[in-house]
Amino acid sequence: MSMYGYLFRRLLGTIPVMLVVAVFIFLMLRLTPSDPAAIIAGDNATTEQVAQIRSQLGLDRPMIEQFVIWSGRVLTGNFGESFFFKKTVAALIGERIEPTLSLALFTILIAVFVAVPLGVLAAHRHGSWIDRIVMGFSVLGFSVPVFVIGYLLIYLFAVYLNWLPVQGYQRISEGVGGWVQRLILPSVTLSVIYIALIARMTRTSVLEVLSEDYIRTARAKGQSERKVLFRHALRNAAVPIVTVIGLGVALLIGGVVVTESVFTIPGLGRLTVDAVLARDYPTIQAVILLFSFVYVMINLAVDMVYTILDPRIRY
Amino acid sequence: MNTLKKAILAATCVGSLVAMAAPAPAQTTLRAVMHSDLKILDPIWTTAYIVRNHGYMIYDTLLAQDEKGEIKPQMVEKYDTSADKKTYTFTLREGLLWHDGKPVTSEDCIASIKRWAVKDSLGQKMMSFVDSIDAVDAKTFTIKLKEPTGLVLLGLSKPSSNVPFMMPKRVADTDPNKQIEDFTGSGPFVFVKDEWKPGDKTVYVKFDKYKPRSEPASGLAGGKVAKVDRVEWRAISDAQQAVNALSKGEIDYVEQPSHDLLPTLKKDPNVNIVEAAKTQYVFRPNTLHKPFDNPKIRHALWYAFNQEDFLMATIGDENYIKPCKALFICDTPFATTKGMDGLLTSNSKKAQELLKEAGYDGTPVVLMHSTDLKALTNLAPVAKSLMEKAGFKVDMQSMDWQTLVARRAKKDPPEAGGWNAFLTAWVAADVMNPISTAYVNASCEKASFGWPCDAQLEKLRDDFARETDPAKQKAIAEAVQLRVIEFTPEIPVGEYVQPAAMRKNVKGYVISPIPVFWNVEITK
Repeated sequence: MSMYGYLFRRLLGTIPVMLVVAVFIFLMLRLTPSDPAAIIAGDNATTEQVAQIRSQLGLDRPMIEQFVIWSGRVLTGNFGESFFFKKTVAALIGERIEPTLSLALFTILIAVFVAVPLGVLAAHRHGSWIDRIVMGFSVLGFSVPVFVIGYLLIYLFAVYLNWLPVQGYQRISEGVGGWVQRLILPSVTLSVIYIALIARMTRTSVLEVLSEDYIRTARAKGQSERKVLFRHALRNAAVPIVTVIGLGVALLIGGVVVTESVFTIPGLGRLTVDAVLARDYPTIQAVILLFSFVYVMINLAVDMVYTILDPRIRY
Repeated sequence: MNTLKKAILAATCVGSLVAMAAPAPAQTTLRAVMHSDLKILDPIWTTAYIVRNHGYMIYDTLLAQDEKGEIKPQMVEKYDTSADKKTYTFTLREGLLWHDGKPVTSEDCIASIKRWAVKDSLGQKMMSFVDSIDAVDAKTFTIKLKEPTGLVLLGLSKPSSNVPFMMPKRVADTDPNKQIEDFTGSGPFVFVKDEWKPGDKTVYVKFDKYKPRSEPASGLAGGKVAKVDRVEWRAISDAQQAVNALSKGEIDYVEQPSHDLLPTLKKDPNVNIVEAAKTQYVFRPNTLHKPFDNPKIRHALWYAFNQEDFLMATIGDENYIKPCKALFICDTPFATTKGMDGLLTSNSKKAQELLKEAGYDGTPVVLMHSTDLKALTNLAPVAKSLMEKAGFKVDMQSMDWQTLVARRAKKDPPEAGGWNAFLTAWVAADVMNPISTAYVNASCEKASFGWPCDAQLEKLRDDFARETDPAKQKAIAEAVQLRVIEFTPEIPVGEYVQPAAMRKNVKGYVISPIPVFWNVEITK
């Protein structure tokens, strides 16, 4: 099968996945014991007022009818209007994409540029104190929750040293300097776990490759250790590393939710939390569908990258 | 070019540069963190407190209550009552303008009162006395009553949700069950819709043409002078981060800093803590189902509970707790401790005796426990412990607040997804008299969640509504309290003060039951 054929088949495969996600999310939200109308109405509202709002939102209709209406709209690209914000869900998501993309991009860049060299170094100095430090950091990175790291970094760099802002986000259109300054702490916070993950995988993968015959041959040919490590070892060890980076990007979605809340970044993660707390069904459904789609696409992209890294892989 | 020309050109250039470098008048911006993010914009359509606060930014009221709870004219220049107390005549102040520059008229106010009265429970009660509301001229209108009532002034000065905010007629004519889409007000600040980003910030700018009253600001009354050019409500949901940002000067004001973070703030030389709104905790039983369908069993709760335990478990700081047995907030006009002797003292023995007399058969009380709102989290465990000591069997079920809000609207029996009791908090402004206090309403189906049904209590509330003499109103409020003790539609389990925190350079903050930003200035 050609590459294009494979790509087409994989893209077709996303349709049933998205359908299952849509049904699952819709049912989960409707079956949880909550009522957006009661939340919207406020504490002083009477039962009658709550019922009126429920009716206006169409929540008093049979569940099947609600699903048919919603899925019909989604098929035409209309995700509906938020129960709370009086804005279309598409507009809400549009407003929130930039902060989340910025945060994700910064996090991945920091993670890759720190973790890969660390992992290679640890493999190269296998058993040394450098190796132990890198592995110790990995265990710590996995174990400490994101919000704890966030608070510690905020205390140190924002409150105590006064180097960086405590919270907030500045759009890139309002100045690159401010944009970068406000992204440093949240990105570093979020990247810790990915640095741990990628560094560990890089170390293991490179270590495995370093005992291969072609590495011995490269060294015998007199190539420098740096060339051996980064040109021969790392390239051949790249497939599992790319897999972990791909997985990391997908897992980032969960991290973004916490980090955006702690650092008051008005992105998709914060939107998700707000929507869940308010039981804003149209927004929750759209955001989760979007996240699922991104997840599927990242997996597809990783599969495509395999063929570039290892020409032996064919689909 | 000759020397003179060169000199003139040089002087012009230097002059231009100096002019360019001269600082423009500095815009002052107050950056505030409110208790919640603003998502809905119609303060008549919802009763949510954050929307009410938004209302006070951009709308004005005909009357308002000052810091002593006394009713004062606000948008009106004066109001007169006829000798038979059946006609109120209101005359609007000169120079009142909507944010679009058009004058405020009687017709605008009449339409606003009517829309508010459809939604608000006090407004509905008031309208049951109203025969007609008519415009006399552009600045004068009358409210004619079928019979005298004290509710006209009480209603039009109602401080909390739903507040009778005045809106232009074209806006107020919107179906009360639909949200408005035009946010033109006549208050001291203008809502900047283009900059409103839910989850990020809400922006208001000073309304230059607002004509404040000449009296000093007091409570929600007096001169509403906007002294900052811009107010931004920043959506910081994390309590610790709000405090960090305040300490660093990234924001200027936090409406409700968490009580456990106050010691940190008190040490900060750049921060002031101001005692602001009082709040009352209440226990609400569901009168529809066993065991709380029996008023005698509900009455035993008055002996089971004590306020100190609830307050220390939630607030934990003696400086901010106010044990107060009065049903209507202490130090307000209708507060009284009549009938409270021996109650709320955790007299478990007495409670056990009462339960025995009432024939309590051990039916478990399904007590809903809110776990995600810090101010409420510890209330239910305290109630459970005290109730168990008194002989109740308690099934405490934990859930987040929004699930509780949905579940409390269900009338089903507890075993079918309903409930027996929950605890919540009311800001003082909501519970200061028998009409606005939602949980004293005992009108059966029309009453709030818990649906108490008591003709005697309803008669007393009607009597209060008809009475116009404050002294007699106070006597009726006392009678209401006595009946509440007997019938037990709710139990007040303590009051606390919620302080606000602000940077030291924020001056002129008005102490009121609602956070307001007129009179506030930022000094250097």
